[in-house]
Amino acid sequence: MAKVPVQFTLNGAEKAEFIDSGTTLLHALRDKIGDTSPKGGCHQGTCGACSVIIDGELRLSCLTLAETCNGATITTTSGLSEGGVLHPLQRAFLDAFATQCGFCTPGMIMAAKVLLDHTPNPSREDVVEALSGNICRCTGYEPIIQAVLTAARSNSQHAA
Amino acid sequence: MELRKSYFADQRKDDLHEIGQPRPRSDSPGHVTGKTAYFADRNFPGMVHLKMVRSPHHHARIRSIDISEAEKHPGVVKVLTAKDVPHNVYTILILIQIGPEDETVLADGKVRWKGEAVVAVLAETERAAQEAAAKVKVDYEVLPAVFDMEEALKPGAPIVNEYHGQNYYLYDSGECRKVRFGDVEAGFAGADHVLEQTYQSSPIEHAPTETTGCVVAPEGNDRFTCYTNTQAMFFTLDNTSIILQMPGNKLHFVGGTVGGGFGGKVDVIVEPIAILGAKLTGHPVSFIYSREEEMQISSPRAAEKVVIKDGVMKDGRIVARKVTGYTDAGAYSRHSPYGAQKGAGHYPGPYTIPNVWIDTYCVYTNRTPSSAMRGFGVTIGDFALEVQMDKLARLIGMDPLEFRFINAYRDGDMKAHRQPTEGAALIECMQEASRAANWPVAEKYLAMSSYAKGA
Repeated sequence: MAKVPVQFTLNGAEKAEFIDSGTTLLHALRDKIGDTSPKGGCHQGTCGACSVIIDGELRLSCLTLAETCNGATITTTSGLSEGGVLHPLQRAFLDAFATQCGFCTPGMIMAAKVLLDHTPNPSREDVVEALSGNICRCTGYEPIIQAVLTAARSNSQHAA
Repeated sequence: MELRKSYFADQRKDDLHEIGQPRPRSDSPGHVTGKTAYFADRNFPGMVHLKMVRSPHHHARIRSIDISEAEKHPGVVKVLTAKDVPHNVYTILILIQIGPEDETVLADGKVRWKGEAVVAVLAETERAAQEAAAKVKVDYEVLPAVFDMEEALKPGAPIVNEYHGQNYYLYDSGECRKVRFGDVEAGFAGADHVLEQTYQSSPIEHAPTETTGCVVAPEGNDRFTCYTNTQAMFFTLDNTSIILQMPGNKLHFVGGTVGGGFGGKVDVIVEPIAILGAKLTGHPVSFIYSREEEMQISSPRAAEKVVIKDGVMKDGRIVARKVTGYTDAGAYSRHSPYGAQKGAGHYPGPYTIPNVWIDTYCVYTNRTPSSAMRGFGVTIGDFALEVQMDKLARLIGMDPLEFRFINAYRDGDMKAHRQPTEGAALIECMQEASRAANWPVAEKYLAMSSYAKGA
C-alpha cells in the first residue's frame, strides 16, 4: 500500500509521518507518533475516549483520517500541562475525584476544554451537553461535571 | 460528612482521624495528564494482530476447518486451530479444585455458543487479520440449541456441554447447592400468610470503556511479557501456565491498570492464545477485543431466576423461607458454579429466619458464558429479596422499614448456613437511614441494637 505524507502541529511541535492511506488520526497519534493519551474505546465514534482538538474544534480521532489533518493544529490531553504545571481542568479533575479507571479522562478533558474555550462561564446544562458524547462507566458523571464547573470558576478568577 | 461516633463506641479507640478527610488518589495524576500506561499503550516493532474466527451458530458440530486460503492471504503470519493449543480444554476454577475442565481455548469438534472462538489468525495488520479470518472455511452441522434454563433442565433437552454430561453443575451436594435449616414446611403450616413470587433477570454487560485485551512481547531470555488488563492476575498466570504447559517462570504478567472492569475482566480468555501466538511466530502479539466483541463475546452477569416462598406472621416475623435459585452459566462454567453457590448462602438475606430451605442450580444453556460481575450470585438475589420484603410488608399492612427491623439479624443469631452472626450493623444502618431519609419509625425500633435481642 502506498504511503502518504502527513504533517501537522501536535501540542506545539511539528510532526511529519508517512502513513498508509486510510489510517485514522487515532492510530497515527498512538502508534506512529507515540502520543497514547487519546484512547480507543470503540473505534466507531460512540464513546468519546479518542477525542482531540483540531483547529479549535472537538473531533473524534477514531473517525478522522490522518491525511485530512495536513497543516492542522492538534491538541491532546498530554499537551495541556505547561512546565509541569497542570492545566486548571487537570487540577480540577484531580481535586474533584473526577477520575476512577481514567480511561475516559483524556477525552473528557478535551471536550471540557473546547467548552470552556468557547463558553468561559458555562451553566451546568452547558457542561452536561458538552460532555454528552463522552462515556464514563465509573463515576456516574457528577464529579466530572463538578470538576468542569470548578475549572471554569478558577479560570474566571484568574482572568479577573 | 458527619461521623456518628456513638455507634459501637466500645469497639474502638476514638482515633478515627483519617475518615472523612479527602486523600489524593495515587493514580489520578497519570490519568489527567494522559500518562497512565494501559496495556494497549504498549507498542513493539514487528507486532502482529490477532483476530478470532467465531461461531455463527449457537450449537453445532464442526465437520471440517479449512485454513488454506487464510494462510495465503497477504500479511498473514500464522493461523491457529485447536491442535496448536497444548492443553486446550480448561476451566478457570480448576486452581481451587472446581472442575471438570469444560471449555476449549479454540473449538475442537463442536461449538456451544454463538461467538465461540474457533480459529485464531495472526497478521501484520488488523485489517489483514480480519480479511484472512473471513477466508477461513468452517463446515458446521447445526445442532438443536437450548436457551432457557427450565427447558435445559427438562429430560430430553439437548446436552449443552458433554464435559458435564447434564445441563447443570454437579456439586458434591448433588444437582444443586442446598441449605437446610429448621423445618420449612412446618413453618409454612404455622404461618398467617404464605407468599410465593418469581423474580427474573437478564444478562448484564459490564461495558467497560477499555475493551478486554493484552499485548505480548517475547523476550530475549525465552520468557514472555504479557501486558494485560485482567482483573485476575494470578488466576490468569496460573491458567495460562496450564493451557500452554509452560512453567510459570517463563511468564511475566504486567497489569493492574484496568480501564474499567466491574468484574468483567476476571476470565482467562485473551492471554493464553496471544502468548501462544507470540511463541509460535516469534513476534509481539496484540489481541484486543473490538467493541462488538466486548458487548457480544465477553462474559456478562448471569441471567437469574429466583423463586421465593415466605411464611409470615401478622406481627411481622418471617417464620419460613424457601428459595430456588437458577443461574444461567451459558455454555461453560467460568465463575458461575461459584456464583450460584454464593446465592445459596445469601438468600436468607440479612434477616433471621428460623426455618430455611434453599436450592441453587447452576444451569448450562447455549448462551454466551456468564461469569463475574460486582457481587455476582447475590446482587440479583438482593433485588428479589428486598422486593419480596416490601410485598410481605404490604401483605400484612406493616411499614416496610419497621418490618425489616423486626427481622434484622443481630449478633449471636445463627444463620441458615450455620455461621453465627458477628459484627452486625443492620439495625444501626436502618436507624440512620430512617433519620437521613426522613422515614420515621416507632421509638422502640430506634432503641434497638445489633448487640442483643430484646435490647
